[in-house]
Amino acid sequence: MQRFTLQEMAARVARDIPEGSYVNLGIGLPTMVANFLPPDREIVLHTENGLLGMGPAPAEGDEDPDLINAGKQPVTALPGAAYFHHADSFAMMRGGHLDLCVLGAYQVSVAGDLANWHTRASDAIPAVGGAMDLAIGAKRVCVMMEHLTRTGESKIVARCTYPLTGLACVDRVYTDLAVIDVTAGGLAVIEMAPGLDLPELARLTGVPLAMGPHPNLETA
Amino acid sequence: MPAPRSGRSLSPEPVIDKTVPTPGAALADVFDGATVMIGGFGTAGMPSALIDALIAQGARDLTVVNNNAGNADFGLALLLKAKRVRKIICSFPRQVDSWHFDTLYRAGKIELELVAQGNLAERIRAAGAGIGAFFTPTGYGTLLAEGKETRVIEGRPCVLEYPIHADFALIAALRADRWGNLVYRKTARNFGPIMASAAKCTIVQVREVVPLSALDPEAIVTPGIFVHRVVAVADAQPPARSRATA
Repeated sequence: MQRFTLQEMAARVARDIPEGSYVNLGIGLPTMVANFLPPDREIVLHTENGLLGMGPAPAEGDEDPDLINAGKQPVTALPGAAYFHHADSFAMMRGGHLDLCVLGAYQVSVAGDLANWHTRASDAIPAVGGAMDLAIGAKRVCVMMEHLTRTGESKIVARCTYPLTGLACVDRVYTDLAVIDVTAGGLAVIEMAPGLDLPELARLTGVPLAMGPHPNLETA
Repeated sequence: MPAPRSGRSLSPEPVIDKTVPTPGAALADVFDGATVMIGGFGTAGMPSALIDALIAQGARDLTVVNNNAGNADFGLALLLKAKRVRKIICSFPRQVDSWHFDTLYRAGKIELELVAQGNLAERIRAAGAGIGAFFTPTGYGTLLAEGKETRVIEGRPCVLEYPIHADFALIAALRADRWGNLVYRKTARNFGPIMASAAKCTIVQVREVVPLSALDPEAIVTPGIFVHRVVAVADAQPPARSRATA
């Protein structure tokens, strides 16, 4: 088996984003997706701290401390960009205006429950940011995460053991082993890493999986 | 016969002049136990000159409302380090450079009210708009909704959230006039406009105070009615390393 690299995962997510979409990429792994969006495709990136039309990182020396993304890294504004305050920004997120968001996760359940803000570890400091707002508000919620924990446990679970971010909110999961849709009938595998078959993926994942009918979002 | 209002010219002596000479003068009446909103997302839009003046002013036992809980050794982080803050209301305290908050929190020296960021923004907006409370799907079924009233509205379960009012709001903007009309710069706008509306006394640090009518009325983001004091300060930038961290 040959796992998808983080770059391959990010490229796959990027390929599935339809032209014309308004998209929020969460902090962490999902931020990488921006590097794989073709510059000639009109996809408008939203950042929760008040910018639509976010562009890539500036050249070194051109950083502007007043122009950052949700991860507080310097970014740029593309032609057509707009700035707005936080209540407007979260109206976009909570009011169903974003076509798609991509979030990192600790766990996703077969029902599409999402856990991505708190591990309950004794020294952990919880931080939620805008994850709960995206989970309930974006028209389509995708998750990008490694399939297994460092100790080999599946992060796709029958029921989340970490505190929830949102209930039944995830539509699709991109991992280093597979692309999986959350459907009313259960988890549907869209794509697997080279050399992996469904029985082995199901064994590693520990929950029932079926092959899905649709190869990607555009034809779904 | 009095001159028609539409044709009046402003009197040579300004009647409404919200400019204050120094940050210290602007913050003189902040009292112990006050609830203080502090603008900014990380260090973008953080009113660091006002925070430095608040540290010097000495008010303690404060409740602070901010998206984060301080970065590196700059602005809000230094207010926490000075042990002036009893409680912080925020959405994202944990960052790679939030070490002053982390130390206080792990030692049990600061209370944390964690709020989903959209609820933080909307609770502040609601306070400014005179809303009694609102129902939202955000957080339903999570730890952050525990103990809160819920209701199914149009088939969707929602949580009741209350406004956050403040005694003072400390925010940063790019330019103001003496009436307190404000324009901001890029993503440094963030919480400024909503915090300005939610506090009894809103204090703004700006890079420049310009004459009345110098700001385009079509482009004013925060109308002066929400602003009480304006201080012009030289631009303070955080150290480079705290700008580039998550």
